[in-house]
Amino acid sequence: METVIKVEKLSKSYADGFEALKEIDLEINRGEIFALLGPNGAGKTTLISIICGIVNPTSGLVLANNFDVVKDYRAARSILGLVPQELSTDAFESVWRAVSFSRGLFGKPRNDAHIEKTLRSLSLWDKRDSRIMELSGGMKRRVLIAKALAHEPKILFLDEPTAGVDVELRRDMWQLVRELRQDGVTIILTTHYIEEAEEMADRIGIISKGQLILVEDKNKLMQKLGKKQLKLSLKNKLNQLPEALTDYPLTISADKLDLLYTFDAQSDDNGIANLLKQLSQHDIEIGDLNTSQSSLEEIFVQLLKDSA
Amino acid sequence: MNYHGIKAIYFFEMNRTWRTIMQSIASPVLSTSLYFIVFGTAIGSRMVEIDGISYGAFIIPGLVMMTLLTQSVSNASFGIYFPKFSGTIYELLSAPVSYVEILLGYVGAAATKSVLVGVLILITARFFVEYQIEHPFWMVSFLLLTSVTFCLFGFIIGIWADGFEKLQLIPLMFITPLAFLGGSFYSINMLPPIWQTITLFNPVVYLISGFRWSFYGVSDVNVEISLAMTVLFLVICLFVVRWIFKTGYRLKM
Ligand SMILES: Nc1ncnc2c1ncn2[C@@H]1O[C@H](COP(=O)(O)OP(=O)(O)OP(=O)(O)O)[C@@H](O)[C@H]1O
Ligand SMILES: [Mg+2]
Repeated sequence: METVIKVEKLSKSYADGFEALKEIDLEINRGEIFALLGPNGAGKTTLISIICGIVNPTSGLVLANNFDVVKDYRAARSILGLVPQELSTDAFESVWRAVSFSRGLFGKPRNDAHIEKTLRSLSLWDKRDSRIMELSGGMKRRVLIAKALAHEPKILFLDEPTAGVDVELRRDMWQLVRELRQDGVTIILTTHYIEEAEEMADRIGIISKGQLILVEDKNKLMQKLGKKQLKLSLKNKLNQLPEALTDYPLTISADKLDLLYTFDAQSDDNGIANLLKQLSQHDIEIGDLNTSQSSLEEIFVQLLKDSA
Repeated sequence: MNYHGIKAIYFFEMNRTWRTIMQSIASPVLSTSLYFIVFGTAIGSRMVEIDGISYGAFIIPGLVMMTLLTQSVSNASFGIYFPKFSGTIYELLSAPVSYVEILLGYVGAAATKSVLVGVLILITARFFVEYQIEHPFWMVSFLLLTSVTFCLFGFIIGIWADGFEKLQLIPLMFITPLAFLGGSFYSINMLPPIWQTITLFNPVVYLISGFRWSFYGVSDVNVEISLAMTVLFLVICLFVVRWIFKTGYRLKM
């Protein structure tokens, strides 16, 4: 796997002395979707802003495509695209002009076909001559995405792209992100919607109080930290567990028709075979069974609790 | 060099000019023309000649210079202040453009606008007052040099300002008074000796004097000094801008 972004011992103290990032180390792989999760004020925007050149780092190093983002800013920045968290737009400009401007600013020659394709893919084509101030918030968000894509970046940063966006647009956006990934674009996004990270990301980083407390493959993370639950639907009500089964982590549901068994998803012997054997020995008949895994949200909350 | 970047900024800014043409071009031309009507034709005929030049003609270079200065500063400062204010500056900061390219785009566009205003004022003045231009080359040189220098100065003000009040403070509190007292309406030789000396600390005196010389061949101070002072101010502004972009002063946290 090839590293496209390398962050080394990156720290940031703002003018008021506040330490927003503390010695962050992070590597992003080419072509992946990386989700950065963390509570408000954790330092997500600060991290992205330093990589993109909007905020000066206090110490440490950031390489984009092996170019130092400070010393080789020209080479580094020309492959980066940024959709900021704030909806900052040129209110009086038309959509077309604003997006074309972005392409030129990043050093690319005019290419109307590309701008058109970008606007169409974001359902902005009909609005191309509208002034940005006349657009709704969700539309403005799309304009910002179009501006970030105007110069065909290889690495795209999306800082909370779906904040304040309706379900439909959110779905459109994820579709677009998938398409971009297929075209080989590396995507780094921050979000507060954990389901989003769960659904989209290849890897997940969790940041809290300026420190990366975890970076892990999403599937591994869920496996590693996730508890699985086996739900056994019983044919007859069960009032009390037989003596022999009291050692198992079992609970009976309120309606006494379900038996819940919690086990570690990663352990080799989950004890299910034995449990089922025991149950049939005690004539407990099972009508149906299914397993569920704890969501990323639960993992996330747990982690933050642990690190606090 | 990121030529596409320079071009993008330049035309983006020029587009803003055309969009606000009444405010950015028509209004300064019109308000300056009022001076010609009042001083050139109405009162001017009752005024004595200065250095052998009719009063109406005498004030033209000074008035053009005064408008050029205020327009350059307010144009250029607004051009860079607004993205800072609206937040769209993030894009400029994240783009692969050097500070020289950013300057060429913003200051280039603002200076173009100033020169345009200056030329339009001169054309308008023609309708009210007779004047000649003895040294056209130097006239154009002063026009360009002053526009660029004061746009650069305005650019710095725009980055420094953290509110609209400060943005307007400099043109209103410094540029306009300095231009008024810099010999727009009189020759500094008409002042008492002590005031003549004090006036020499006003940088605008050199600009107006040099500019007037390119019209009528007469000047209050040496033309070479005028030029040297303007270029010096330009260089100082350049160094300040370089420092701003190196440190990210008021641009980057
Ligand atoms: N310009 C600044 N000056 C001082 N402190 C700042 C500045 N910008 C951000 N901070 C502080 O740095 C910390 C990290 O902010 P940042 O915007 O990176 O958080 P975030 O993870 O993006 O949060 P959110 O989810 O709310 O967007 C916060 O505590 C914030 O108050
Ligand atoms: Mg943020």
